[in-house]
Amino acid sequence: MAIERQQVEQLAHLARIALDESTLSRTTRSLADVLALIDQLQAVDTTGIEPMAHPLDAVQRLRADIVTEPDQRDVLQAIAPAVQDGLFLVPKVIE
Amino acid sequence: MHNLTLAQTAQALADKQFSSREVTQHYLDRIARLDKNYNSFITVTADLALAEADAADARRANGKADFLTGVPFAHKDIFCTKGVRTSCGSRMLDNFISPYDATVVEKYRAAGMVMLGKTNMDEFAMGSSNETSFYGPVNNPWDTSCVPGGSSGGSATCVAARLVPGATATDTGGSIRQPAALCGITGLKPTYGRVSRWGMIAFASSLDQAGPMARTAEDVALMLGAMAGFDPKDSTCLDKEVPDYLADLNKDLRGLKIGVPREYFGEGLNEKTAAQVQNALREYEKLGATLVDISLPHSALAVPAYYVIAPAECSANLSRFDGVRYGYRCEKPQDLSDMYCRTRAEGFGEEVKRRILVGAYALSAGFYDAYYRKAQQVRRLIQQDFIDAFKQVDVIMGPTSPSPAFAFGAKGSDPVAMYLEDIYTIATNLAGLPGMSLPCGFVDNKPVGLQIIGNYFDEARMLNVAHRYQQVSDWHMQMPAGVAV
Repeated sequence: MAIERQQVEQLAHLARIALDESTLSRTTRSLADVLALIDQLQAVDTTGIEPMAHPLDAVQRLRADIVTEPDQRDVLQAIAPAVQDGLFLVPKVIE
Repeated sequence: MHNLTLAQTAQALADKQFSSREVTQHYLDRIARLDKNYNSFITVTADLALAEADAADARRANGKADFLTGVPFAHKDIFCTKGVRTSCGSRMLDNFISPYDATVVEKYRAAGMVMLGKTNMDEFAMGSSNETSFYGPVNNPWDTSCVPGGSSGGSATCVAARLVPGATATDTGGSIRQPAALCGITGLKPTYGRVSRWGMIAFASSLDQAGPMARTAEDVALMLGAMAGFDPKDSTCLDKEVPDYLADLNKDLRGLKIGVPREYFGEGLNEKTAAQVQNALREYEKLGATLVDISLPHSALAVPAYYVIAPAECSANLSRFDGVRYGYRCEKPQDLSDMYCRTRAEGFGEEVKRRILVGAYALSAGFYDAYYRKAQQVRRLIQQDFIDAFKQVDVIMGPTSPSPAFAFGAKGSDPVAMYLEDIYTIATNLAGLPGMSLPCGFVDNKPVGLQIIGNYFDEARMLNVAHRYQQVSDWHMQMPAGVAV
């Protein structure tokens, strides 16, 4: 399937990745190569085949609903780009 | 000292031929002297290693040592190591000092093993040449103008260059086996769920699996035994007893049935590589095994299915890197959206961004059924091929990669050319089966890998099959020029 520049811009928006003009055309070309590869799947008849999520068909384990993790806020915030009063700082969202 | 295998190093420590401090210092000196030729390490943790070595020596003096206590090794830089930078080969995590240890790291620490550092890798394990690393490419010790393979190129190279006796690695589509093949060492990707993924930075969670790299099958058996096992912190880890992987290493191979898939010897396979693999198969016949011609009819669909599933899972997994809580954040963001978009544009390299975009495409509204669901269906067809084959045979063998190590830049700008490098390894990840690679010859002075694919949880048999071959061959003992000194 061919992919249009505009679609790549939309994908980049969905993925929150800034693409400038020069990378946009290069990215569009290389995505077209990859999409040509994965489009080979369309020729396969998969009627009635159950999609496979885990190779051994394992299911999620359940555990008791109790607190198991200790509070590590200080440790985890020590590696953050910006914190204040125990909160993660980001650019202003609401004016 | 560096010519000893990992098992021999452990035995020498037990016999008090040298201390852990001595062997650790010896390897640290080699890394300091030789790794400028290879770039196999992102971080060398010399002070920490010597402290761990002293602790290991003290533990031995107290009679509390395990067999691997005091043995030096390296972790792929995808495993979180408390207090040590864990970069995953990416600018995004260049400043990330992990606040916790991965389960694999905890287990090796508990065994008293000594970490020398963190090895280079393709960014977020996405690549087959180690060329996508933020820290620069790794040079293949057999020919420094060639790639070592990837994504575990640093781990494979430091083992081949005798800078460590063993290293950890991960394999999502071939990232243990292909670099092991290209660097002339032994590596094993276990059954999906055999080793905990907790603290291993996620790429494609339904495919990722950790495993060991070393020079011999015996070394790999020792390292696997120390890393495998159930972990309640990984919801996909399987609660199954870990066997003694050394117990059956020497078992006789008479009566072994080896499946040889005709799809693995077709177009695209280098003729000289094929000849080396055929020689190895003949050697197995001499050891009493029978070769069985088999077919894995859906093999050609493995690469396309993988390049839907892996990017889809990666686009979800890598959404966590947003510049808020840890890792890279762009300078002077205008607003929140600008911060996300520029952080991710500047923090990720080209291949990672490409896979995130492909994943976003495959998962976007209206395309989910045509791509992701379809790929998961094809995945079951591929698995069924293997299930049918294992009704007739004990193991499957073929080449690990289609050709020996290639020159830097040789795969050009078409990403698909690089993706086809993993044509023989990807199907086992999709099926969740264990696979390994061991040296079986040379083409133009570059190593060739023989791939062994086993049934679920049949790692002990694969190691036995590999070990017996290594008893009658010496490909795995060959040393690249330039590493002897």
